[in-house]
Amino acid sequence: MKNKYSIFSLIKNSFSYHENWQRAWRDPEPKSQYDIIIIGGGGHGLATAYYLAKEHNLKNIAVIEKGWIGGGNTGRNTTIIRSNYLWDASAGLYDHALKIWENLSQELNYNIMFSQRGVMNLAHNLHDVRELKRRTHANRLNGIDCEWLNVEQVKKFCPIINCSPEIRYPVMGSTLQRRAGTARHDAVAWGYARGADAMGVDIIQNCEVKGIKRKGDSIEGIDTTKGFIKTKKIGVVAAGHSSVIANMAGLRLPLESKPLQALVSEPIKPIIDTVVMSNAVHAYVSQSDKGELVIGAGTDSYISYTQKGTHEIVEGTLKAIIELYPIFSRLRMLRQWGGVVDICPDASPLITKTSIKGLYFNCGWGTGGFKATPGSGHLFAHTIAKDEPHALNAAFDINRFVSGDLVDEHGAAAVAH
Amino acid sequence: MFIINCPYCGERDHAEFSYGGEAHLVRPKQPTELSDDQWAEYLFMRKNIKGIQYERWNHSHGCRRWFNLSRDTSNDKIHSVYKIGEKPSE
Repeated sequence: MKNKYSIFSLIKNSFSYHENWQRAWRDPEPKSQYDIIIIGGGGHGLATAYYLAKEHNLKNIAVIEKGWIGGGNTGRNTTIIRSNYLWDASAGLYDHALKIWENLSQELNYNIMFSQRGVMNLAHNLHDVRELKRRTHANRLNGIDCEWLNVEQVKKFCPIINCSPEIRYPVMGSTLQRRAGTARHDAVAWGYARGADAMGVDIIQNCEVKGIKRKGDSIEGIDTTKGFIKTKKIGVVAAGHSSVIANMAGLRLPLESKPLQALVSEPIKPIIDTVVMSNAVHAYVSQSDKGELVIGAGTDSYISYTQKGTHEIVEGTLKAIIELYPIFSRLRMLRQWGGVVDICPDASPLITKTSIKGLYFNCGWGTGGFKATPGSGHLFAHTIAKDEPHALNAAFDINRFVSGDLVDEHGAAAVAH
Repeated sequence: MFIINCPYCGERDHAEFSYGGEAHLVRPKQPTELSDDQWAEYLFMRKNIKGIQYERWNHSHGCRRWFNLSRDTSNDKIHSVYKIGEKPSE
């Protein structure tokens, strides 16, 4: 039984110098057989396991992770959460996630530091203005809060933005979603891991999947670095490595894996209390609780699994940041890193069954998967448990690439790619 | 970051080049006879391989000519460069 985290447990543990906290999840050896195996121990995978156990009352589930949990894109993103997508299908999907975020700390009894500080999307030309106003209206029709700010209102809401008409790409307005914000990325993975573990899910780290054993059109099990594990159902949530797993099962996916970079500055006093994104000049920035500016850069154009990108991408982003925020011009950057993101041609994800019975994929989140973590896990758990999609993820089936019914969200994906 | 050896100009920084995706995807000869599944396969499905990939590049800030590379996507090492219409050496 897991001890509940509370002010009392904090006081109690302070008497033993915080040296006797119960471990948050077990470290089990894999059993020879599971009913469901989730490949990938990031936020999405752990959330999937959590909801399989909680909402569908399923037991005998394992999460298999190549490295340590939350060490992939969950630990590498810029933690932005919003739901201001254009199309109905995406609005439904991302707002479902946002509604879960709003109560997640309480539900998991784990402080995920969800902060609804608002997200702005800046417009820098007439087309941006039209597109973002259209998106504002589309969001409102879907019941998602969204406001249009003119230049004066932008300056008032976030005073450090350079709103001069003299700059190369002047600010011409912005959308604002006040319910949007950020959360602590590691805590999301750890909170779901703790919750799933408490319901009996085995989280197996440092265990790489080497092959998928098929018998005709169904699944027999997986070969791993810790031996063969029998199973009838596999949910793959491997982000940038989804195609690698798909190739093991003889499938091809509509994905390309590319490096996406982010960086943080040295910590400074609070200066920006919201998240500002700019698609046109490709700069987005927020400030962490430690005081670092968290800056998202773009993807490289070519396929690569190296978890590092090229310097020009970082340089381009910082040029835009300095033009938009002259106050940051003498700030030093502290760390830079890359993650491998799996991008679908329509910049929308796949939460889908496949042509192989018992094999499911949750991938293609591209450059913006973090915001969807709880909703993605919730809907993927439904898809696996019921062997059919939930109404909210039916549009994100792989067959949309056959029917042509794409969910084109390049405009709202915020990172141009 | 890597150096690409353009078959026409020699070694240049990769920033001079544009990536053109997986190579050797042949456009269907008789498009009218293709099923939707076959179209999806040609248009959207990719190997997205972790390992040696054959790919197209254009020297867009140089001679502006297309050519092919074989590159290991797990470490960005380039194994061979060959012209359009040629076969890779490995």
